Amino acid sequence: MVKINGKEMDVAGKLLSDYLAGTSYDEKRIAIERNGVILPKAKYSETVIEDGDVIEVVSFVGGG
Amino acid sequence: MWEVADLADRFPTKEEMMRAFEEYHGAEVQKKYGKARVAVCGLGGLGSNIALSLARAGVGTLHLIDFDTVSLSNLNRQQYAVSQLGKYKTEALRENLLAVAPYINLVTDTVRITEDNIEELLKEADVICEAFDGAEQKAMLVNCVSEMFPEKYLVSGSGMAGFSSANSIKTRKVAGRFYLCGDENSDVSDNIGLLSSRVMICAAHEAHMVLRILAEKYEP
Repeated sequence: MVKINGKEMDVAGKLLSDYLAGTSYDEKRIAIERNGVILPKAKYSETVIEDGDVIEVVSFVGGG
Repeated sequence: MWEVADLADRFPTKEEMMRAFEEYHGAEVQKKYGKARVAVCGLGGLGSNIALSLARAGVGTLHLIDFDTVSLSNLNRQQYAVSQLGKYKTEALRENLLAVAPYINLVTDTVRITEDNIEELLKEADVICEAFDGAEQKAMLVNCVSEMFPEKYLVSGSGMAGFSSANSIKTRKVAGRFYLCGDENSDVSDNIGLLSSRVMICAAHEAHMVLRILAEKYEP
């Protein structure tokens, strides 16, 4: 199992970019933390989600 | 309490100001603040308030970065005066910071921060504050800084628009040296408003996390 934003999800083996494409996240407004490290954007399309991964998608909102 | 008698007639010296603040911050922490260099990226509601807090605390060097000028709609939450309308925010904030912290070292860059200039602009910072207003800009800075400077502390703000409770704004450590302040939800583009009080709370969270990091207290 993989944990994404606290929820257990059955997405091991998927490319991170493929997972994101199936969500409503806007790729221009997010940062992704995978197992304690912020993942560079260029790595989204080459990172395979592995069993046991803990992932957090941080979605930024406007205002400041 | 450290007070100096004749200050109505003259300017306080750097030493006198340091002594006055040491009483509140401790001499050891004050020394750390004095040596620190913090970059503030964006000088709007977040950045202008963050910079004032850091300057008051005695942070030695602030790097102020913004391309924009002060406009009327900024004045509901940003630390500028009516007399500064039309001025570059870098210059207006320089004036306002020097009025409260005359010995601070200010470095200003009146440019738009992009993926192409981040490395050059931010290489000397100990701590970087993300203080933009746009969500895409925020994400861009956080992603670039995390990749280019994983050794630097990064404090960002997201979610301070609207009239929701002040108590929903928090600071948390996302990963490594990246901290995020805000309610992470209230988006100004949902037309929910933007109030000085709530923006200042988020700015204070960011400034406070910076001051904690500089005092070597790394938990949010």
